[in-house]
Amino acid sequence: MIEWLRLFGGQTLAATARLGRSHMFLMRVLLGMPGLLLRPGLVVAQIYSAGVLSLLIIVVSGLFVGMVLSLQGYNTLVDFGAEQSLGVLVALSLTRELGPVISALLFSGRAGSALTAEIGLMKATEQLSGMEMMAVDPEHRVVAPRLLGGMLALPLLAAIFTLVGVFGGYFVGTVLLGVDGGVYWSQMQAQVSFTEDVVNGVIKSLVFGFVVSWTAVFEGFDCTPTSEGVSRATTRTVVHSSLAVLGLDFILTALMFG
Amino acid sequence: MATDAADQHNGLLVEIENLHFSRGPRQVFAGVDIGIRRGEVAAIMGPSGSGKTTLLRLIGGQLRPDAGRIRVDGVDVHSLRRRQLYQLRKRMGMLFQSGALFTHLNCFENVAFPLREHTRLSQALIRHLVLIKLEAVGLRGARDLYPAELSGGMGRRVALARAIALDPMMVMYDEPFSGQDPITMGILVRLIRLLNDALGLTSIIVSHDVAETAEISDHIHVISAGKIVESGPPAALRESRSEWVRQFLNALPDGPVPFHYPARPLAEDLLGSSAGVGVS
Ligand SMILES: Nc1ncnc2c1ncn2[C@@H]1O[C@H](COP(=O)(O)OP(=O)(O)O)[C@@H](O)[C@H]1O
Ligand SMILES: [Mg+2]
Repeated sequence: MIEWLRLFGGQTLAATARLGRSHMFLMRVLLGMPGLLLRPGLVVAQIYSAGVLSLLIIVVSGLFVGMVLSLQGYNTLVDFGAEQSLGVLVALSLTRELGPVISALLFSGRAGSALTAEIGLMKATEQLSGMEMMAVDPEHRVVAPRLLGGMLALPLLAAIFTLVGVFGGYFVGTVLLGVDGGVYWSQMQAQVSFTEDVVNGVIKSLVFGFVVSWTAVFEGFDCTPTSEGVSRATTRTVVHSSLAVLGLDFILTALMFG
Repeated sequence: MATDAADQHNGLLVEIENLHFSRGPRQVFAGVDIGIRRGEVAAIMGPSGSGKTTLLRLIGGQLRPDAGRIRVDGVDVHSLRRRQLYQLRKRMGMLFQSGALFTHLNCFENVAFPLREHTRLSQALIRHLVLIKLEAVGLRGARDLYPAELSGGMGRRVALARAIALDPMMVMYDEPFSGQDPITMGILVRLIRLLNDALGLTSIIVSHDVAETAEISDHIHVISAGKIVESGPPAALRESRSEWVRQFLNALPDGPVPFHYPARPLAEDLLGSSAGVGVS
């Protein structure tokens, strides 16, 4: 029992210490952000690499999610004779929830884990140390562009996810289920509000992008510099950032639409 | 400045005084004093785990001593503010044991990295400088290769070219010879001496490859159990009266340094229960 208590206390302390370290780390990285204004190329390169890594999986998942939404939604709506609202259902679900959330989860699994592994391996092979000795701060040169790049890449990916999903829904709704195409679009146009739905969706994915990238770069930077340490850090990135995304989604949804 | 005058007087580029440093419960240094003169090749030798890498990191300001002082070119490294420390580091080259080349950049870009980060030179000028540095280590032809495509010795030479890219005043080498074949070793040995003299550098070599290091160094400091046990020119050290230094320099397997890590008697370990193995 005492043993158990001690274990529990130790782990709580360790977790708290990590949380503290991650915030200090974030502060130092943010100090490097102004320097990026002079070198936007570094950030663009990171948006590109994080975006390209996740693009295919985002497009494919978006398509299927849109198609499934359409199928399931139709079955429910048709009972009430409301199948004209199919477009609204698909678009709202995607812009408000599924687009930002599922993109973030996929992004964390694809780009986030790659980010952790990249930084962790740079640490394990002394590349970060070497950079420091060359008078280049790795927190500014390596971490800051990746954090900002990841944060900006996710909204773009979520937009693509949503767009592809809406078309997937359109395809299933009109071609397979016989909903009128004009109605699908016009209902969507009438019911989806830019400020309410689209902007809030973008805010969500910005927040998720920030959280996932922050987790990923911190885990990479903080990992034990061995192959085992890197692999553990990679797993932690995916688990922690996915949980954070889902938890934050609830909070954000409650604030925005509650 | 007064420190400059004093420094010119004794001619020391690196002065380490009464250095104490611990890693957790383990005391790595317990009062180390070393002086390294301008223009010389100094060797710091000691068995693995004696803290040689740690010493270089202390000199480079990546670690902080518990007590004592390290002065480089007249300034106390650990009293510097971050920005000043970074200015100082631009004048120190360091060759890591692993080479620490950026794996996503080819040789040319690796050497160009410090130039691109710290200068605003034109592309054409950077190209010239990089090719000159690569030529100096004999690898101008390998400029388009990636680190994964290089042999160990070539990797160290590229890392060396990168370390001298900004024309530093000193270069620190962490185990430059370990794990190299005899030919590569010979190349590296001559290269270090050559660059030191041609570029007017001061070099610090940390190593446990006795013969190679002794061949090119002006001064050897032997470190053991957190202290400098002997300092002097290679010839003087070979004649050392200390049994320990002779054991180390002549690579005898057993002597004052036991072959065995401290342990319980073997019989007790083999026959005994697992008591003491679990959590204490
Ligand atoms: N990151 C670290 N954390 C804890 N102990 C370390 C760390 N790095 C080195 N040490 C310890 O410090 C001592 C000196 O290490 P090091 O300087 O790498 O020795 P050397 O380079 O001479 O082989 C060793 O006993 C090692 O166990
Ligand atoms: Mg070492």
